[in-house]
Amino acid sequence: MFDKEKVMEQFAPLTRKKDSKPVRYLVVDDSVFARKNLARMIEAFGGQLAGEAGDGCTAITEYNRTQPDIVLMDITMPQMEGIEAVERIVRQHPEARIVMVSSVGYQDNILAALQKGARHFVQKPVKPDVLYEIIRYVLNDDGVGVSVPAGEAHS
Amino acid sequence: MKMELIQPFISAADAVLAETLGCSTKIGDVNMEEQGYHRHGVAALVAIRGDIEGRVILDLESATAVKAASVLAGADVAESAEIVRETVCELANMVIGNAVTLLNDQGFHFKVAPPEVHASEDGLQGTRDTETLVMCFDTPHGSVFLNIAMRYNRRRSRERATLVTD
Repeated sequence: MFDKEKVMEQFAPLTRKKDSKPVRYLVVDDSVFARKNLARMIEAFGGQLAGEAGDGCTAITEYNRTQPDIVLMDITMPQMEGIEAVERIVRQHPEARIVMVSSVGYQDNILAALQKGARHFVQKPVKPDVLYEIIRYVLNDDGVGVSVPAGEAHS
Repeated sequence: MKMELIQPFISAADAVLAETLGCSTKIGDVNMEEQGYHRHGVAALVAIRGDIEGRVILDLESATAVKAASVLAGADVAESAEIVRETVCELANMVIGNAVTLLNDQGFHFKVAPPEVHASEDGLQGTRDTETLVMCFDTPHGSVFLNIAMRYNRRRSRERATLVTD
Protein backbone atom coordinates (compact mmCIF):
# COMPACT_ATOMS: atom_id res chain seq x y z
CA MET A 1 0.00 0.00 0.00
CA PHE A 2 1.25 3.52 -0.77
CA ASP A 3 1.59 5.55 2.41
CA LYS A 4 2.62 9.11 1.63
CA GLU A 5 3.64 9.99 5.18
CA LYS A 6 5.85 6.91 5.38
CA VAL A 7 7.38 7.70 1.99
CA MET A 8 8.13 11.31 3.01
CA GLU A 9 10.08 9.96 5.97
CA GLN A 10 11.96 7.48 3.81
CA PHE A 11 13.03 9.56 0.82
CA ALA A 12 15.13 12.66 0.55
CA PRO A 13 13.86 15.09 -2.13
CA LEU A 14 15.43 14.72 -5.59
CA THR A 15 16.38 17.97 -7.29
CA ARG A 16 18.11 18.76 -10.60
CA LYS A 17 21.87 19.29 -10.27
CA LYS A 18 21.96 22.08 -12.84
CA ASP A 19 19.63 24.47 -11.00
CA SER A 20 18.56 22.70 -7.77
CA LYS A 21 14.93 22.89 -8.93
CA PRO A 22 12.50 19.98 -8.48
CA VAL A 23 12.60 17.25 -11.12
CA ARG A 24 9.68 17.75 -13.57
CA TYR A 25 7.60 14.69 -14.51
CA LEU A 26 5.11 13.81 -17.23
CA VAL A 27 2.80 10.98 -16.17
CA VAL A 28 1.07 8.95 -18.91
CA ASP A 29 -1.56 6.36 -17.98
CA ASP A 30 -5.16 5.79 -19.11
CA SER A 31 -6.15 5.18 -15.49
CA VAL A 32 -6.85 8.37 -13.53
CA PHE A 33 -6.34 6.35 -10.39
CA ALA A 34 -2.86 5.22 -11.51
CA ARG A 35 -1.91 8.79 -12.47
CA LYS A 36 -2.98 10.08 -9.05
CA ASN A 37 -1.02 7.34 -7.34
CA LEU A 38 2.14 8.18 -9.30
CA ALA A 39 1.58 11.91 -8.73
CA ARG A 40 1.50 11.32 -4.99
CA MET A 41 4.79 9.43 -5.18
CA ILE A 42 6.32 12.22 -7.28
CA GLU A 43 5.24 14.78 -4.69
CA ALA A 44 6.72 12.60 -1.97
CA PHE A 45 10.02 12.46 -3.89
CA GLY A 46 10.07 16.29 -3.97
CA GLY A 47 9.24 16.39 -7.69
CA GLN A 48 6.85 18.52 -9.74
CA LEU A 49 4.08 17.19 -11.97
CA ALA A 50 4.64 18.99 -15.29
CA GLY A 51 1.77 17.29 -17.09
CA GLU A 52 -0.50 14.26 -17.46
CA ALA A 53 -1.82 12.28 -20.40
CA GLY A 54 -4.27 9.41 -20.78
CA ASP A 55 -3.03 8.03 -24.11
CA GLY A 56 0.02 8.00 -26.37
CA CYS A 57 -1.14 10.80 -28.69
CA THR A 58 -1.72 13.21 -25.81
CA ALA A 59 1.61 12.15 -24.31
CA ILE A 60 3.45 13.40 -27.42
CA THR A 61 1.62 16.73 -27.31
CA GLU A 62 2.22 17.09 -23.59
CA TYR A 63 5.91 16.22 -23.96
CA ASN A 64 6.37 18.94 -26.56
CA ARG A 65 4.47 21.43 -24.40
CA THR A 66 6.06 20.68 -21.01
CA GLN A 67 9.57 19.39 -21.90
CA PRO A 68 9.76 17.30 -18.72
CA ASP A 69 12.92 15.88 -17.15
CA ILE A 70 11.42 12.40 -17.08
CA VAL A 71 8.32 10.58 -18.34
CA LEU A 72 6.53 7.73 -16.54
CA MET A 73 4.71 5.88 -19.34
CA ASP A 74 2.11 3.10 -19.21
CA ILE A 75 2.08 0.56 -22.06
CA THR A 76 -1.51 -0.65 -22.54
CA MET A 77 -3.58 2.42 -23.44
CA PRO A 78 -6.36 3.25 -25.90
CA GLN A 79 -5.71 5.06 -29.22
CA MET A 80 -1.93 4.86 -29.10
CA GLU A 81 -0.01 2.49 -26.85
CA GLY A 82 2.97 3.51 -24.76
CA ILE A 83 5.65 1.81 -26.83
CA GLU A 84 4.62 3.64 -30.01
CA ALA A 85 4.51 6.92 -28.08
CA VAL A 86 8.05 6.26 -26.81
CA GLU A 87 9.27 5.71 -30.37
CA ARG A 88 7.71 8.96 -31.60
CA ILE A 89 8.90 11.05 -28.65
CA VAL A 90 12.47 9.69 -28.83
CA ARG A 91 12.55 10.25 -32.62
CA GLN A 92 11.82 13.94 -32.00
CA HIS A 93 13.74 14.23 -28.73
CA PRO A 94 16.62 11.71 -28.53
CA GLU A 95 17.48 13.05 -25.08
CA ALA A 96 14.05 12.07 -23.68
CA ARG A 97 14.18 10.01 -20.50
CA ILE A 98 11.22 7.64 -20.37
CA VAL A 99 10.50 4.95 -17.79
CA MET A 100 7.84 2.38 -18.67
CA VAL A 101 5.36 1.67 -15.85
CA SER A 102 3.14 -1.30 -16.66
CA SER A 103 1.46 -4.28 -15.05
CA VAL A 104 2.40 -6.36 -18.11
CA GLY A 105 6.07 -7.04 -17.50
CA TYR A 106 7.02 -9.81 -19.88
CA GLN A 107 10.30 -9.79 -21.69
CA ASP A 108 8.96 -9.03 -25.18
CA ASN A 109 7.27 -5.88 -23.92
CA ILE A 110 10.31 -4.71 -21.99
CA LEU A 111 12.66 -5.37 -24.91
CA ALA A 112 10.36 -3.60 -27.37
CA ALA A 113 10.17 -0.55 -25.12
CA LEU A 114 13.94 -0.44 -24.58
CA GLN A 115 14.58 -0.86 -28.32
CA LYS A 116 12.32 2.11 -29.03
CA GLY A 117 14.25 4.28 -26.58
CA ALA A 118 12.80 3.78 -23.10
CA ARG A 119 15.46 3.94 -20.38
CA HIS A 120 13.97 1.59 -17.81
CA PHE A 121 10.94 -0.46 -16.80
CA VAL A 122 9.02 -0.84 -13.55
CA GLN A 123 6.17 -3.28 -13.03
CA LYS A 124 2.88 -2.39 -11.31
CA PRO A 125 2.00 -2.37 -8.51
CA VAL A 126 4.73 0.23 -8.18
CA LYS A 127 6.80 0.11 -5.02
CA PRO A 128 7.85 3.68 -4.14
CA ASP A 129 11.40 2.67 -3.15
CA VAL A 130 11.90 0.88 -6.47
CA LEU A 131 10.62 3.85 -8.49
CA TYR A 132 12.78 6.26 -6.48
CA GLU A 133 15.94 4.30 -7.22
CA ILE A 134 15.07 3.95 -10.91
CA ILE A 135 14.47 7.71 -11.24
CA ARG A 136 17.81 8.44 -9.58
CA TYR A 137 19.54 5.97 -11.88
CA VAL A 138 17.92 7.22 -15.08
CA LEU A 139 18.49 10.90 -14.34
CA ASN A 140 22.12 10.38 -13.33
CA ASP A 141 22.79 8.10 -16.25
CA ASP A 142 23.24 10.84 -18.84
CA GLY A 143 24.71 13.62 -16.76
CA VAL A 144 21.50 15.57 -16.04
CA GLY A 145 21.81 14.36 -12.51
CA VAL A 146 19.81 14.72 -9.35
CA SER A 147 20.97 15.98 -6.00
CA VAL A 148 20.11 14.49 -2.66
CA PRO A 149 20.80 16.75 0.35
CA ALA A 150 23.83 15.60 2.34
CA GLY A 151 23.00 13.03 4.99
CA GLU A 152 19.55 12.41 3.51
CA ALA A 153 20.26 9.51 1.22
CA HIS A 154 17.53 6.92 0.81
CA SER A 155 17.53 4.69 3.87
CA MET B 1 -9.48 -25.54 -17.40
CA LYS B 2 -5.86 -26.56 -17.02
CA MET B 3 -3.97 -25.67 -13.86
CA GLU B 4 -1.21 -24.08 -15.96
CA LEU B 5 -3.71 -21.35 -16.89
CA ILE B 6 -5.18 -20.93 -13.42
CA GLN B 7 -2.12 -20.82 -11.18
CA PRO B 8 -0.68 -17.56 -12.61
CA PHE B 9 -3.98 -15.78 -11.84
CA ILE B 10 -3.99 -17.11 -8.28
CA SER B 11 -0.38 -16.05 -7.72
CA ALA B 12 -0.90 -12.63 -9.32
CA ALA B 13 -4.13 -11.86 -7.44
CA ASP B 14 -2.61 -12.93 -4.15
CA ALA B 15 0.52 -10.79 -4.68
CA VAL B 16 -1.23 -7.70 -6.07
CA LEU B 17 -4.02 -7.62 -3.47
CA ALA B 18 -1.53 -8.12 -0.63
CA GLU B 19 0.78 -5.39 -1.96
CA THR B 20 -1.84 -2.78 -2.86
CA LEU B 21 -4.24 -3.30 0.04
CA GLY B 22 -1.47 -3.98 2.56
CA CYS B 23 -3.11 -7.13 3.89
CA SER B 24 -2.96 -10.89 3.73
CA THR B 25 -5.36 -12.79 1.46
CA LYS B 26 -6.75 -16.30 1.57
CA ILE B 27 -8.10 -18.27 -1.36
CA GLY B 28 -11.74 -19.15 -0.67
CA ASP B 29 -14.11 -21.03 -2.96
CA VAL B 30 -13.08 -22.06 -6.47
CA ASN B 31 -15.99 -23.08 -8.71
CA MET B 32 -16.65 -23.91 -12.32
CA GLU B 33 -19.48 -21.60 -13.38
CA GLU B 34 -21.90 -23.29 -15.71
CA GLN B 35 -24.61 -20.66 -15.61
CA GLY B 36 -24.18 -17.11 -16.89
CA TYR B 37 -21.98 -14.77 -14.93
CA HIS B 38 -23.66 -12.67 -12.23
CA ARG B 39 -21.91 -9.58 -11.00
CA HIS B 40 -21.38 -9.24 -7.23
CA GLY B 41 -20.62 -5.52 -7.01
CA VAL B 42 -18.13 -3.29 -8.84
CA ALA B 43 -16.48 -5.19 -11.69
CA ALA B 44 -13.86 -4.61 -14.39
CA LEU B 45 -13.40 -6.76 -17.49
CA VAL B 46 -10.17 -7.35 -19.37
CA ALA B 47 -10.15 -9.05 -22.79
CA ILE B 48 -7.22 -11.27 -23.80
CA ARG B 49 -6.28 -12.21 -27.40
CA GLY B 50 -3.53 -14.51 -28.64
CA ASP B 51 -2.42 -18.07 -27.84
CA ILE B 52 -5.10 -18.01 -25.16
CA GLU B 53 -8.30 -16.07 -25.71
CA GLY B 54 -11.09 -14.97 -23.45
CA ARG B 55 -11.80 -12.52 -20.71
CA VAL B 56 -11.18 -12.05 -17.01
CA ILE B 57 -13.43 -10.11 -14.65
CA LEU B 58 -12.31 -8.77 -11.30
CA ASP B 59 -15.39 -8.27 -9.18
CA LEU B 60 -15.54 -6.73 -5.69
CA GLU B 61 -18.63 -6.57 -3.51
CA SER B 62 -19.68 -2.91 -3.32
CA ALA B 63 -18.63 -2.45 0.31
CA THR B 64 -15.29 -4.15 -0.39
CA ALA B 65 -14.69 -1.92 -3.41
CA VAL B 66 -15.36 1.21 -1.34
CA LYS B 67 -12.99 0.00 1.39
CA ALA B 68 -10.29 -0.85 -1.17
CA ALA B 69 -10.65 2.55 -2.84
CA SER B 70 -10.49 4.29 0.53
CA VAL B 71 -7.33 2.39 1.49
CA LEU B 72 -5.66 3.23 -1.82
CA ALA B 73 -6.83 6.87 -1.86
CA GLY B 74 -5.78 7.36 1.75
CA ALA B 75 -9.19 8.90 2.55
CA ASP B 76 -12.83 7.84 2.78
CA VAL B 77 -14.62 7.74 -0.57
CA ALA B 78 -18.33 7.50 -1.39
CA GLU B 79 -19.81 4.32 -2.86
CA SER B 80 -21.00 6.18 -5.93
CA ALA B 81 -17.65 7.86 -6.57
CA GLU B 82 -15.85 7.37 -9.88
CA ILE B 83 -12.68 6.59 -7.94
CA VAL B 84 -14.25 3.31 -6.76
CA ARG B 85 -14.69 2.13 -10.36
CA GLU B 86 -11.23 3.47 -11.24
CA THR B 87 -9.71 1.53 -8.35
CA VAL B 88 -11.33 -1.74 -9.44
CA CYS B 89 -10.20 -1.19 -13.04
CA GLU B 90 -6.62 -0.55 -11.94
CA LEU B 91 -6.65 -3.56 -9.60
CA ALA B 92 -7.90 -5.68 -12.53
CA ASN B 93 -5.19 -4.23 -14.76
CA MET B 94 -2.49 -5.12 -12.23
CA VAL B 95 -3.78 -8.62 -11.40
CA ILE B 96 -4.30 -9.61 -15.03
CA GLY B 97 -1.13 -7.90 -16.23
CA ASN B 98 0.94 -9.76 -13.66
CA ALA B 99 -0.81 -13.05 -14.50
CA VAL B 100 -0.21 -12.75 -18.25
CA THR B 101 3.42 -11.89 -17.50
CA LEU B 102 3.72 -15.24 -15.72
CA LEU B 103 1.92 -17.02 -18.58
CA ASN B 104 4.23 -15.36 -21.07
CA ASP B 105 7.17 -16.81 -19.17
CA GLN B 106 5.58 -20.23 -19.90
CA GLY B 107 5.64 -19.50 -23.63
CA PHE B 108 2.12 -18.15 -24.24
CA HIS B 109 1.89 -14.92 -26.18
CA PHE B 110 -1.05 -12.56 -26.20
CA LYS B 111 -2.31 -9.03 -26.10
CA VAL B 112 -4.25 -7.52 -23.24
CA ALA B 113 -6.87 -4.81 -23.74
CA PRO B 114 -7.28 -1.92 -21.28
CA PRO B 115 -9.80 -2.74 -18.51
CA GLU B 116 -13.43 -1.69 -18.92
CA VAL B 117 -16.02 -1.22 -16.21
CA HIS B 118 -18.44 -4.14 -16.43
CA ALA B 119 -21.82 -2.72 -15.51
CA SER B 120 -24.16 -5.42 -16.77
CA GLU B 121 -25.67 -7.65 -14.08
CA ASP B 122 -25.06 -10.77 -16.14
CA GLY B 123 -25.07 -11.82 -19.77
CA LEU B 124 -21.58 -13.24 -20.12
CA GLN B 125 -22.24 -16.90 -20.58
CA GLY B 126 -19.44 -19.34 -21.38
CA THR B 127 -19.39 -21.11 -24.74
CA ARG B 128 -19.04 -24.83 -25.41
CA ASP B 129 -15.26 -24.62 -25.70
CA THR B 130 -14.75 -21.94 -23.04
CA GLU B 131 -14.83 -23.01 -19.42
CA THR B 132 -15.52 -20.41 -16.76
CA LEU B 133 -13.87 -20.53 -13.38
CA VAL B 134 -14.70 -18.30 -10.42
CA MET B 135 -12.17 -17.83 -7.63
CA CYS B 136 -12.86 -16.03 -4.38
CA PHE B 137 -10.11 -14.30 -2.41
CA ASP B 138 -10.91 -13.44 1.19
CA THR B 139 -9.33 -10.21 2.44
CA PRO B 140 -9.85 -8.26 5.69
CA HIS B 141 -11.82 -5.75 3.57
CA GLY B 142 -14.18 -8.39 2.13
CA SER B 143 -14.35 -10.82 -0.78
CA VAL B 144 -12.74 -10.34 -4.18
CA PHE B 145 -13.92 -12.53 -7.08
CA LEU B 146 -11.94 -13.41 -10.16
CA ASN B 147 -14.02 -14.80 -13.03
CA ILE B 148 -11.90 -16.40 -15.75
CA ALA B 149 -13.30 -17.58 -19.10
CA MET B 150 -10.54 -18.64 -21.48
CA ARG B 151 -9.73 -21.16 -24.15
CA TYR B 152 -6.67 -22.15 -26.14
CA ASN B 153 -6.61 -20.57 -29.58
CA ARG B 154 -6.61 -23.67 -31.79
CA ARG B 155 -5.32 -21.90 -34.89
CA ARG B 156 -2.40 -20.43 -32.93
CA SER B 157 -1.76 -23.81 -31.28
CA ARG B 158 -1.58 -25.49 -34.70
CA GLU B 159 0.82 -22.80 -35.93
CA ARG B 160 3.02 -23.29 -32.87
CA ALA B 161 2.99 -27.07 -33.35
CA THR B 162 3.93 -26.67 -37.03
CA LEU B 163 6.83 -24.43 -36.12
CA VAL B 164 8.08 -26.98 -33.60
CA THR B 165 7.87 -29.93 -36.03
CA ASP B 166 9.50 -27.93 -38.83
